Amino acid sequence: MSNTLRPYLTAVRSTLTAAMCVENFSSQVVERHNKPEIEAGTSKEVIMNPLMISRNENEQVLIETSVNSVRISIKIKQADDLETILCHKFSRFMMMRADNFVILRRKPVDGYDISFLITNTHTEQMYKHKLVDFIVHFMEAVDREISEMKLSVNKRARTVAESYLGQFM
Amino acid sequence: MSSPDVHELTLSPITAHSFNGDRTKLAVCPNDTNVHIYNTSSNNWSIEATLKDHDKVVTGIDFAPNSNRIVTCSQDRNAYVWTQENGVWKPALVLLRINRAATYVRWSPNEDKFAVASGARAISVCYFDEDNDWWGSKHIKKPIRSTVLSVDWHPNNVLLASGSADMKARVFSAFIKGVDKKPAPTVWGDKLPFNTLCGEFQSNRGGWVHSVAFSPSGDVLAFAGHDSSINIAYPSADGNPTVVTVVTPSLPYLSLIWANDRQIVAAGHDCAPVLFETSDNQDWHLTGSLDENKKKTSISTSVLSRFKTMDSRGSSDNDTDLNTIHQNTILQVRPYSGSPDQVAQFSTAGVDGKIVIWDFDPSRVAKDLSSLRV
Repeated sequence: MSNTLRPYLTAVRSTLTAAMCVENFSSQVVERHNKPEIEAGTSKEVIMNPLMISRNENEQVLIETSVNSVRISIKIKQADDLETILCHKFSRFMMMRADNFVILRRKPVDGYDISFLITNTHTEQMYKHKLVDFIVHFMEAVDREISEMKLSVNKRARTVAESYLGQFM
Repeated sequence: MSSPDVHELTLSPITAHSFNGDRTKLAVCPNDTNVHIYNTSSNNWSIEATLKDHDKVVTGIDFAPNSNRIVTCSQDRNAYVWTQENGVWKPALVLLRINRAATYVRWSPNEDKFAVASGARAISVCYFDEDNDWWGSKHIKKPIRSTVLSVDWHPNNVLLASGSADMKARVFSAFIKGVDKKPAPTVWGDKLPFNTLCGEFQSNRGGWVHSVAFSPSGDVLAFAGHDSSINIAYPSADGNPTVVTVVTPSLPYLSLIWANDRQIVAAGHDCAPVLFETSDNQDWHLTGSLDENKKKTSISTSVLSRFKTMDSRGSSDNDTDLNTIHQNTILQVRPYSGSPDQVAQFSTAGVDGKIVIWDFDPSRVAKDLSSLRV
């Protein structure tokens, strides 16, 4: 683990812990509705200032909090074209199955690769500190996952090239 | 009965709870449209009735200690007053005249009025209308600009404090002609027609006001904001009130009560009730947690696995449970026994579905807040 990752994850962890203080809040605009205020965006006073934590220009987290929901958007590191493709495929795979991932948003926020939407029902059903753990763990694991996929793609390309070019020897 | 006395009622959040006057009954909403009435006279609590007239989550319950009536309010914009006749609870409709969710309800000290806070940027002050045989209401609307999150009655039965999502705590007059007699002058003012704004307070850092409470004498107002602070407001005759702000390092508090004139108990997202104290009304400070935070005996893990979790998650311990008794946010703190100016026990209800009854014992405060893992 490089030495800038630790403070980055610590900052994300403490911001998420504070942001996860959500409660049941019924809409004050539409009768008998109860929807995530961060998505509806209809009452300004119940939405807090968004917070961005960045490790460098390629790795950022945007945390937007409201009275009953938190939206967390993650920008995943993409160093080259191959990583861009892998990251796109990976996040697409996840988001197509968003219903099974409970807190995953079906579309990322503009400028980010993947977004989570945590509402008060989620913090009621699950331990808040474990939700924070999950996001932090996800951020750490997704980098590793993508570099592993990159390695295996490269390895496969090399094997294919070797066996193809072997015919001409 | 050992303290704290823990009762795990459901697995879902307890959105509201209220004990009756002699603490033999408890009304609870388990985050749905029903209100369960538990018989708490024995140690083994059992459901003896279910009130089912609401069709959205019930957000507020208050048991009137003397008249034995329950008032409930819900996100379906309605409130009901329940009276027990021959063992059966009967609802009476309340004409709230609001068009958004009701969020909070409290009986006035004399139990002849109650106040319903709502998302319609209004407070309905309800009173019994003898001519029509229903509960009518009058609205306090004027300077409120967002959802009202909580209300509290002054002991004189006329003044009403409110905390709302527009980051302000306010004190209003809820004087209803024909119900109330002219009240004696207080520090909040002497001429009090309905809807008079007697005070408006804000903490200088902002934050939605989750909870308000009058001191036992009614001369001081405390409120808890989403900026993790609690504020104590002293009104003055010249219109320049003093607001003492106690900033805390913890997560926001959702509910607070006065244990006596110099001590406040607050609880919220930290999952533990904490104590605030003063000696001369100026030096308000956070004394510590009333939850003893028993450290669990740690299962000896290998050094390697400990480093692994530190590396992958940035935290060293790997167990799920918190050290506190409540395992999730505490939504409500209420006095349980004792008098309003000397609370002996208080109850808390949390998102984890537990009702806990605590002895109010300032000598057992855990001073070390660092052991609180949040």
